Amino acid sequence: MIRVTRSAVIDAPIERVWAVLRDFNSHTAWHPVVADSEIEGGEPSDQIGCVRRFTLRDGNRIREQLLALSDRDHVSTYCILDASVPLQRYVATLQLKRVTDGERTFWHWQSTFDAPPGRERELADMVGTGVYEGGFEGLRAYLRRSRHTPHRAAATGRPVAAGEAMPAQGVVATAFGGPEVLRYQPLPARPPGPGEVRIRQTAVGVNYIDVYVRAGLYRMIEPPAPLGMEAAGVVVDVGDGVAHLLPGDRVAYACAPPGAYASARTMRADQVVVLPDEVDDESAAALMLKGMTAAYLLHRTHRVRAGETVLVHAAAGGVGLLLCQWAKALGARVIGTVSSDDKARLARANGCELPLVGRDYRFAAAVKAATNGRGADVIYDGLGRAAMEENLEALALCGHWVSYGQASGPLPPIGPETLAARSTTLTRPVLFHYTAERAALDELARQTFDALRAGVIRLDIRHRYPLAAAAETHRDLEGRRTTGPLVLLP
Amino acid sequence: MSSVIDAPADTVWAQIRDFNGLPKWTPFVADSRIEGGMAPDTVGCVRNFRLKDGGVIREQLLTLSDYDFQCTYSILESPMGVDNYVATLKLTPVTDGGRTFAEWWAEFDCAPEREGQLAQQIGQGVFQTAFDSLKTIFRR
Repeated sequence: MIRVTRSAVIDAPIERVWAVLRDFNSHTAWHPVVADSEIEGGEPSDQIGCVRRFTLRDGNRIREQLLALSDRDHVSTYCILDASVPLQRYVATLQLKRVTDGERTFWHWQSTFDAPPGRERELADMVGTGVYEGGFEGLRAYLRRSRHTPHRAAATGRPVAAGEAMPAQGVVATAFGGPEVLRYQPLPARPPGPGEVRIRQTAVGVNYIDVYVRAGLYRMIEPPAPLGMEAAGVVVDVGDGVAHLLPGDRVAYACAPPGAYASARTMRADQVVVLPDEVDDESAAALMLKGMTAAYLLHRTHRVRAGETVLVHAAAGGVGLLLCQWAKALGARVIGTVSSDDKARLARANGCELPLVGRDYRFAAAVKAATNGRGADVIYDGLGRAAMEENLEALALCGHWVSYGQASGPLPPIGPETLAARSTTLTRPVLFHYTAERAALDELARQTFDALRAGVIRLDIRHRYPLAAAAETHRDLEGRRTTGPLVLLP
Repeated sequence: MSSVIDAPADTVWAQIRDFNGLPKWTPFVADSRIEGGMAPDTVGCVRNFRLKDGGVIREQLLTLSDYDFQCTYSILESPMGVDNYVATLKLTPVTDGGRTFAEWWAEFDCAPEREGQLAQQIGQGVFQTAFDSLKTIFRR
């Protein structure tokens, strides 16, 4: 038996290298000795058991079968079924490992096979040098090329020449004001500069923060400027220095500055994450901001533990429903406040054991009564000023008041003595601080998508609008005519 | 943690296979001895070493493989407050350029609120610091 082993270090993150290598039919794109290739029977190229039939540039023909594929271990194992070169009982395993010291990837490629007597050395050299070492160089060249080439037409629609702006439509706030200031207009996406990515967007999330920005309450834009904080789509091309994205990657983001209301967009790449296959574009666009908010509130700001009592204000709201679902799954007891019986039913169906109905911000007594006078261990508060006194009252000793929004107006200054009354911890967190570092963003996004896949959190997208109808979505949102996520479709 | 060292794997292995050799290649170990006069390549031997910050750690060699360039050990005593700590240091040749891919990982139990800090302290403070030291020793 002959064993051939070759290994190399690739100057790209493991996600980027694996995105290419896990596709069993991608070798025509990057391997210099492969002339053409197809998966037999039109099966997906990551289906275990699928067969790739390919021709080498020297005319040899090979059929190989995918035996194992692991996204967890970054391993692909395959064998030769038949070939016009005498490689017998050939089984190869390709494995990637992360080099944590610098964003690089270790690539290990090994095979065992038999060969006719006298041809062992020749065939071992062909495999080791021609196929494996040639493959290392080929992939390096491919990754360098893909940073600069315009996007692949098949993956991303109409091709765009490198260096040209891409025609697109967007929704711009022409001034601060009501929904009438929104205008749907051409908004070309310029080529990405260093550290930037250009995305063809397929779904855009609508959030209440967009209303605040449009009205001028949050000074995040200077009109005329496009709105929107989150979207999903497909990478068209990337600028220099962007290692974690490839043209054709499905991606999503939730971040400032506004500008997501568009059919295509060029933006900083470091806040953009690659989507898992199981998460569709609409869900990603609807979930990134609210889901990552729920994730950091429950896992970072306060680490919710089984047995804790959690009070969620606006429990039937976008973030509120996710907090109820997720906190219950973590084993917490969830109490909520809502403004109507309908919303109470919705909150209860999503894990809120005790929805308190009312519009007068009176809830402390009910929370105390429900906890034998102890109070809540943590309060997730998006209400702000009007609920301040009651929040302090409703907390248990050494409780945690997490003020992540101020729907009723900003909190006044709070002195340390106020907190000393019950050894209260007060946190005023902002999502973008929890996602400022790439590793933290990736972890938060992964946690959110995992929770979605596991059914821990659920999305019920009932409101879809064309991008051109953004003003109507704002009217419906402000008129409280919607429940659950709103998505714009370019 | 993982890194790439600019020397062939057998050369790097010769430097690190000595279970009593931490003072020679890490910047944080002051001195080390093997208990009971055992040879440092006898599986089961215990190294007793003192950190430059004064802490004393006892670790037992569980696996040593010259074939896989791999060494596994457990902590018997340490000031870190970890239980069931088992770590593995493994080298793999990088045939392209005659370098070494080095991996070092550990599993342990601790209080949940200390997980992040300990993972940082061990990953960055110990493993990566030792890798940096190896990279300096084998700089081309």
